[in-house]
Amino acid sequence: MSTKASRSAARLMLAPAVILLLGWMLVPLTLTLIFSFQRFLPMRGGFQGWVGFENYVRFVTSSAFWPSVQATVVIVGGVLLITVTLGILLAILLDQPMWGQGVVRILVIAPFFVMPTVSGLVWKNMFMDPNNGLLSHLWRFFGADPIIWLSDASMLSIILIVSWQWLPFATLILLTAIQSLDSEQLEAAEMDGAPILSRFWHIILPHLSRAITIVILIQTIFLLAIFAEIFVTTQGSFGTRTLTYLIFQRVLESQNVGLGSAGGIYAVILANIFALFLMRIVGKNLDR
Amino acid sequence: MGQIVLEQVTKSFGDVTVIPPLDLTIEDGEFAVFVGPSGCGKSTLLRLIAGLEDVTSGEIRIDGKECASIPPARRGLAMVFQSYALYPHMTVRKNIAFPLRMAGFDRAEQDRRVEQAAAVLNLTDYLDRRPGQLSGGQRQRVAIGRAIVREPAAFLFDEPLSNLDAALRVGMRLEISELHNRLQTTMIYVTHDQVEAMTMADKIVVLRAGHVEQVGSPLDLYRAPRNLFVAGFIGSPKMNLIEGEEAVKHNATTIGIRPEHISISESEGRWSGIVGVSEHLGSDTFFHVHKTGLADSITVRADGEVGFKHGARIHMTPRDDMIHRFDEKGLRIA
Amino acid sequence: MARTVTTQRKIVTTLVAWGIGLLIFFPILWTILTSFKTEAQAIADPPVWFFFDWTLENYRVVQERSNYSRFLWNSIIIAGGSTLLGMIVAIPAAWSMAFVPSAQTKNILLWMLSTKMLPAVGVLYPIYLIFIQLGLLDTRVGLTIVLMLINLPIMVWMLYTYFKEIPGEILEAARMDGAGLREEILFVLTPMAIPGIASTILLNIILAWNEAFWTLNLTAARAAPLTAFIASYSSPEGLFYAKLSAASTMAIAPILILGWFSQKQLVRGLTFGAVK
Repeated sequence: MSTKASRSAARLMLAPAVILLLGWMLVPLTLTLIFSFQRFLPMRGGFQGWVGFENYVRFVTSSAFWPSVQATVVIVGGVLLITVTLGILLAILLDQPMWGQGVVRILVIAPFFVMPTVSGLVWKNMFMDPNNGLLSHLWRFFGADPIIWLSDASMLSIILIVSWQWLPFATLILLTAIQSLDSEQLEAAEMDGAPILSRFWHIILPHLSRAITIVILIQTIFLLAIFAEIFVTTQGSFGTRTLTYLIFQRVLESQNVGLGSAGGIYAVILANIFALFLMRIVGKNLDR
Repeated sequence: MGQIVLEQVTKSFGDVTVIPPLDLTIEDGEFAVFVGPSGCGKSTLLRLIAGLEDVTSGEIRIDGKECASIPPARRGLAMVFQSYALYPHMTVRKNIAFPLRMAGFDRAEQDRRVEQAAAVLNLTDYLDRRPGQLSGGQRQRVAIGRAIVREPAAFLFDEPLSNLDAALRVGMRLEISELHNRLQTTMIYVTHDQVEAMTMADKIVVLRAGHVEQVGSPLDLYRAPRNLFVAGFIGSPKMNLIEGEEAVKHNATTIGIRPEHISISESEGRWSGIVGVSEHLGSDTFFHVHKTGLADSITVRADGEVGFKHGARIHMTPRDDMIHRFDEKGLRIA
Repeated sequence: MARTVTTQRKIVTTLVAWGIGLLIFFPILWTILTSFKTEAQAIADPPVWFFFDWTLENYRVVQERSNYSRFLWNSIIIAGGSTLLGMIVAIPAAWSMAFVPSAQTKNILLWMLSTKMLPAVGVLYPIYLIFIQLGLLDTRVGLTIVLMLINLPIMVWMLYTYFKEIPGEILEAARMDGAGLREEILFVLTPMAIPGIASTILLNIILAWNEAFWTLNLTAARAAPLTAFIASYSSPEGLFYAKLSAASTMAIAPILILGWFSQKQLVRGLTFGAVK
């Protein structure tokens, strides 16, 4: 298989992908790094000198920073909690024998294919609108005052919308993992007299642990970057300004590129921490 | 037509040397079997000959032509793989015709040769099926068919029978031997099963850790194993190896005696012991005898009708002319 | 499990599962239903379910007012183009790593994965700047390239895991049978790899179709795909639920259908082969 001729051909075939990705990673990242040390306001005079680490200090000391960190943590944590818990339950449910399993699966998975702008707007208007939304109708039906979702319960609303989008992902992966569980293992446990709950704790959950870790890591990386859902609903107001959204506002809305770039570098570092864990797991998988 | 010569061939993967310098000649028309335990380098050696791996140093000559720079496709060899390696998306007919298509034969010639091979291999009824619809034995035959249509200078077999069940294996063994008798083409056959080696080979090459331990005809190896490794590897059940006092009596460090060269008696004999497990094969019975004071267990072959109870004391006498003697390095004493 | 389950238990499971399935699917179902209502019916309280005057009016209005087909066309070009372009680069790369692995293969794969983790917002301005400089802002070409690049790691990974499953012995057999590199790829590898390639294409069209960071930030009027078109409904005037629903239905319908075909591949693609 590995003769000299095939090895050099292989290198040639790999080159374009490596060069493209290298360029895609290095060029913008280097620019961001450079901008982050500059006072750079494209709309107000452009480049105004080097400022060292001033942008990094200003970004973390600005009054918007900690609230944005808090918003990010609450949204990511909330969505993870909901999707992983419900995902496990749903996966177990879908693994049971039933009629029309295929159709149910399709119903459950569907939200993942809805583009973020659509799900944001549909939820915002048709469900969460305080006057005409379906949820308001429901509240009034029970005689309650409708909640003004996106301002009074803004975080909960965003978490709900994003969870609805990501629950299918968690369910699908956990279901795949459950289906790979050797049924003889469960039968052995049943023969050993383990009741349902302890079978869940001692066999199903440990078997799922790797899949759960992967779901958490991948979702975290994607959730740290959610943008469109906030863009079309609250536009970052009512405490829903996440780190990603804050950087976006600094860079494109207020055109303070230096400050935004420093924030961008923070975001890169943060994402890399999670990426490192994910890559360790995936890497182990490669060795098999 | 198909003489293969290996001269000072070595192969290393990084720092690991799999084949130390090795010389070997396989004559035209010979059925050579590479045999050895797993990891002994026998498959690597085959792949070096095939050209699927580059040699690290040394020369491989096929019909006198040095072929380091010749790609596998143009070495004129055909290979049958352990997993059969059939193309799953092609019918049996297309699988067998593939090498002909690559060699640029026209359709009529392709069809003629495929039909011919299929007839020989009893595959005529299956030509339009896909490999997925065939049994293991049929797949094996398709793989062989794909090899023979090319009329290669030599066939290379890489453990071709190891995925078949026991009964089929015996049948395919005969078919391959039959094929060799008819074609008289050089065949190199890799296996870890010494029974396959004994039954099929003109020449057996016993390998251990990349070293050639012994080369010879099956009977040469059976009668005169050059060292303890070959002695233990060739023959089934294994040769009994005895050390200590009994060996010293024969001026050796170790002596070996095959189960079939020990006679057995209820009342008298040179050695005695207690019968443990006995395996009744019908034609033969093998007794595993313990507490002989010679080795943990001595295996003895007896006629199928002979029966001793578990725990019975029996007596054994080895045939003196069939005792193999080995020195402290494990080498045969002539 | 080869065991008969009591019918009673199966009925309960079925009911619960269908209930939850419909609940999760409900927002989509409601959007589709609403798209066929009049604006007045769309906000009616109590809501109207199935018995209303079904109308296609909304679809006509959306098409007329906003030139829906242009956005659709942009989406098709961008999603299709980036996938096609990506496959041209990804197939040889995945092929070489799967069949001629070297000591660096694992590191290269993991490094590719790490580029996917790069938060878009961290490189937003440089890309924006480069796009302005090169005149790529609000062009389909520019967006196609960016989406190709962000999905390239997933494409390479997915193809790699599929190619890995093709036994190396079969390719060696082809080599022994006299096939050169070209024939090996054309007659043996490609036919065996087609299912994997198809799944990869499918998943990447979906991902590119739904991508909503770069499509929102790098387009304006000309190259905007459906994601941006829908976003324009976030500041509406007057009654618009039925029209929003019609527009949304049109935007998600093609991908919902594709998506249902690609459930299994989704898992493999999005977990980088870690879960199969």
